[in-house]
Amino acid sequence: MIDHLPVLLIAVPILSALLILLAGWYDRRFCYPISLITILLQFGAAIAILLEVMREGTIRYHLGGWAPPLGIELVIDSFNGFILAVILFLSAATVVYARRSVEKEIDPEKRISFYVLFQLLVTGLVGMTITGDIFNLYVFLEISSIATYTLIASARRPRSYVASFNYLVLGSIAAGFILLGIGNLYVATGTLNMADLALLLPASYGLATVHTAFLFLLIGFSIKVAFFPLHLWLPDAYTEAPSAVTVLISTVMAKVSVYALFRIVFTVFTTAYVIDTFAVTGFILFIATVAIIAGAVLAIAQNDLKRMLAYSSISQIGYIMFALGVANQLALEGGLLHILGHAVMKGCLFMVAGLIIYRMGTSQLSDLKGVAKTMPISCAAFALAGASMIGIPPTIGFMSKYYLVLGAFEAGQWIYAAVLLVGSLLAAGYIWRFIEIAYFGDHHSEDRRPAPAREGPVSMLVPMVALALLCLFLGVFVEVVMEAVRPAAMLLLGGA
Amino acid sequence: MIEAFYELFLSRYNYWMAIILMLIGLYALIAKQNLVKKLIGLNIFQTAIFLFYISFAEVQGGTAPIYLPEGVDALYVNPLPHVLILTAIVVGVSVTAVGLSLIVRIYEEYGVIDEDDLMQVVRGR
Repeated sequence: MIDHLPVLLIAVPILSALLILLAGWYDRRFCYPISLITILLQFGAAIAILLEVMREGTIRYHLGGWAPPLGIELVIDSFNGFILAVILFLSAATVVYARRSVEKEIDPEKRISFYVLFQLLVTGLVGMTITGDIFNLYVFLEISSIATYTLIASARRPRSYVASFNYLVLGSIAAGFILLGIGNLYVATGTLNMADLALLLPASYGLATVHTAFLFLLIGFSIKVAFFPLHLWLPDAYTEAPSAVTVLISTVMAKVSVYALFRIVFTVFTTAYVIDTFAVTGFILFIATVAIIAGAVLAIAQNDLKRMLAYSSISQIGYIMFALGVANQLALEGGLLHILGHAVMKGCLFMVAGLIIYRMGTSQLSDLKGVAKTMPISCAAFALAGASMIGIPPTIGFMSKYYLVLGAFEAGQWIYAAVLLVGSLLAAGYIWRFIEIAYFGDHHSEDRRPAPAREGPVSMLVPMVALALLCLFLGVFVEVVMEAVRPAAMLLLGGA
Repeated sequence: MIEAFYELFLSRYNYWMAIILMLIGLYALIAKQNLVKKLIGLNIFQTAIFLFYISFAEVQGGTAPIYLPEGVDALYVNPLPHVLILTAIVVGVSVTAVGLSLIVRIYEEYGVIDEDDLMQVVRGR
């Protein structure tokens, strides 16, 4: 059983997606429990796998008993074992959060398909994370993308159709580029297995085919992660999607796309390629700093809470890409820590936004004056996760930025390190804007009586509060996380 | 001169065709106003990539890669890209289906399928 965990991690949820559909025909109330149980099981399996990997080293699973490079293999090493645990934890938090939010936002007859697609999205993302075959990666990417397009459009708002269509067009261009890149790699080496590619590619580093493949893959995945100039789909998609979907795609999907990009850049191509042969890291570093500043400035300019958080995501993706640009041990540790940290804090912030929409029916900042009186717990969670977003010690956001700055110093990039700090100040700008409106916005109102606190349902509050507290605890007990992050960063740089 | 031309274009005309088709598709995706035409552009773009895969699998004089009895040798075409593209075609069909159904919904809601008009209507609401 334990030997087959990697494949069960993909096979069971696909079956359970079908089961949700069948059970939904019988009685709609069965959908949610099946979804919850599946994701909790997956999370348990991911933890078991992560512990196994940290104890025994990389797990390789040959699908159907076919040995690579002919067969497809699933590979779980310290890097994607860590990512796997993170994304399944957040998926579990989201699915707990989703139930009441879905009841409010999705039509009853659509809830069955909502949970089916939700399950397929998580499956696709898990598949992307653990596969060791580059074409398999593309297939899982498309499974998750198609599920995302439909999930974004599942809100009752007509605007979500337009947002979804725009994302579909850009996402398909991205997928097409990725497919072309894979084709070029296959032409150059004749293999699709990632480990095999890493062995065979150095011989043909000089070929134009390999450069083309790299550029297509880089641009394709940059669209998927919404790296700054290619982010145009993101604000609308995040804003118009139902709250639960926003939480899932802003945390889990965004992080898996980043993972895939890191995997391609560091495992398939190596640091030797991106630093020496095809020097692209300096350029990525420059664009990343532009992304940090531009995303934060655009976030400050927004009038809608969800849209503001969406632009903040663009800025935070810049931080993770910054680690890719610096590409040394400390910076990568910071980047991986930020993948975890940003997933936790942005998940929490979007959950707050979802709760506010649930209770207030709007996320326009101008309508939320004094919301802290009505929803004290939510606004406190926002303040805590927001502090982490700004990078106030001892939160996780501080730790990841600390490592990033150390990495930049080590690489001698003083100016870029300064940009990180400016980005933090700008983050303080947009986070404080909501805090001010929420806590002090009704300063001038005549009504001095304390409004009765009307929080959202408990099942939405619990995951939100848990994530907010995690922002703090992960920062305080950062050494525990570093146990998993350090070997992962070493692995990316080609070490043990 | 002619040899360089041959080397660059004619001996690799299959790749040039894929590139031309891809650019036609991308042009339609970006420049066309009609959402359905955009989706057609997306299909052309994807098809170009499929053709690229199929054409690099080709071996001149190769046959179908079927199992032969012991001792019989045959030159055959690389079947792997064909299999990959079968998967990619399925993906392409699903994306097209989702895209078309979104267009239907957009048309039902707003009564337009032209991008400029759509942006005006969306902002107007």
